[in-house]
Amino acid sequence: MGMTLAQKIIASSSDRPSVEVGEIVEVNIDLAMMHDSSGPRRVNPMLEELGVSVWDPEKITVVSDHFVASSDTVEAGILKFTRDWVKEHGIRKFHEREGICHIVPIERGYVRPGMMYVGADSHSTTAGAMGAFAIALGSTDMLGVLVRGKTWVKVPETIKVKWNGTLKPGVMAKDMMLQTIKHTKIDGATYKAVEFSGQGVVNLSIDERIVLSNMAIEMGAKAGMIEPDEVTANYVRARTQEPFQMVEADDDAEYQEFFEFDASSLTPMIALPHSPDNVTTVAEVEGKKLDQAYIGACTGAKYEDLEAAASILKSRQIASGTRLLVAPSSAEVIKRSSQTGVLETLIEAGATLLPTGCGACAGLGNGVLAEGETCISSTNRNFPGRMGKGADVFLASPLTVAASAITGKITDPREFL
Amino acid sequence: MSKFSGRSWTFGDNIDTDVIVPGQYLKLTAEEVANHVMEGVDESFSTKVKQGDIVVGGKNFGCGSSRETAPAALKHAGVSAIISVFFARIFYRNAINIGLPVIEIKEAKEINEGDELVVNLKEGRVCNLTQNKVYYANPYPDMIIDILEHGGLLPLLKKSFGKTKNN
Repeated sequence: MGMTLAQKIIASSSDRPSVEVGEIVEVNIDLAMMHDSSGPRRVNPMLEELGVSVWDPEKITVVSDHFVASSDTVEAGILKFTRDWVKEHGIRKFHEREGICHIVPIERGYVRPGMMYVGADSHSTTAGAMGAFAIALGSTDMLGVLVRGKTWVKVPETIKVKWNGTLKPGVMAKDMMLQTIKHTKIDGATYKAVEFSGQGVVNLSIDERIVLSNMAIEMGAKAGMIEPDEVTANYVRARTQEPFQMVEADDDAEYQEFFEFDASSLTPMIALPHSPDNVTTVAEVEGKKLDQAYIGACTGAKYEDLEAAASILKSRQIASGTRLLVAPSSAEVIKRSSQTGVLETLIEAGATLLPTGCGACAGLGNGVLAEGETCISSTNRNFPGRMGKGADVFLASPLTVAASAITGKITDPREFL
Repeated sequence: MSKFSGRSWTFGDNIDTDVIVPGQYLKLTAEEVANHVMEGVDESFSTKVKQGDIVVGGKNFGCGSSRETAPAALKHAGVSAIISVFFARIFYRNAINIGLPVIEIKEAKEINEGDELVVNLKEGRVCNLTQNKVYYANPYPDMIIDILEHGGLLPLLKKSFGKTKNN
């Protein structure tokens, strides 16, 4: 019996020829990622209690993104602690104010195909877009990795999600993912890995593929993976000299479930409050009035997201009474957007530029909502209270968010193409 | 620690980490967050919950963020175990790693608020004294029993590293 992508990487990381679904195996970690909120401040007291240091500073990356830029002394203290801690432990892959923890390691070429990757944040599944097996851990779990360089995983069953055809103009990977979650619901892939495949996926850029793996956690998945191809290899080679392994699933791999969708007939989708699986078409809820439109987060503020928004905001203005906030996902995104004119377009349309970081998506300031307010957002999660107590959050593609900012109400972006 | 009893507090399906511990409290310690735990679904929970009480959810308890603060705040609030039809993956691992038993019972939704429960972890059994019923849990793999019996991953790691700052 062949192996899925998840099985292949788990087997290779546990130095075994093969692994079977349901087995619990110990795996060697190639890269461990932490951020300022769940990272050093949480693991350090336990490390001190153990009286040991980290197993390999070169295999650890720390990205401060939750409390940047700090808005009070507690947050500033957390950032300072993080800075001091990485220095003390010799961790060179440290980034602060350079972007979100799921984007920066990919941009820097730290995430490569075939890797066993763990991250202390639920959206660590994001790295799966690069053909890595990437799982999320909590802080104590991460402590185990930091001191041993290993963790245990139960070999998951895999769900295959195949997208045929090509997306039509006005439709993005976010729409594909909302449609997928609508089908599986937020618990449909619990404890399982998901492989995204088909022409609709192969046609996507890395920026767009990231949306699928990032939001796999919104299906409850353990990992969301895309088989590496030339697009992946070219992206990685442009960023690092480090070698990597183009791991592919076997043709006779066994999948627990198989879902098939058609990208060419997909229309813009939207998740209504208060769950990412409460999904319908944008057409169905068009006209709903909005206080805020937010383009941000690891999933929805990459360069191509900003470029998409700018493509319809060009020579247009956001509606009075509605604010459009843009928090780019990394410093590289800000730089590139300023060079290509994307940033200028957004600002001329009336957008407010926020610093890169997690911000309002995680309910941590910079765009958090007032009680009773309504927001359309390119982020990945709209649980009750996430972006502010008593606020309503709709999740949609950056194109839909931009179109809605122009009219001040939920709007199908195809009206502006 | 493998046998204990408590009174139940029931919640529905898909109780996510944003309602267990809203993002605005993330800068606080788990002990401090315990005063706000479950605020997203029950504002007065932290004042009502008593030492040893058991939280009961429906399907997919703990979905959302990887924040370990969520199970840790419940533990600090006095909760002795969480029962659910099934848990979100990260929450399940986090709870075990901090030594808080998470028990998967397919009949979890039959448990009413205030029911007196007796949990036997080793035998994977929960008795509902109020309803006079017995539920059988999905058994833990040996590796997880090992972590829970040590009271969490940190005490287990202490043992394997054979030294601590205090000795």
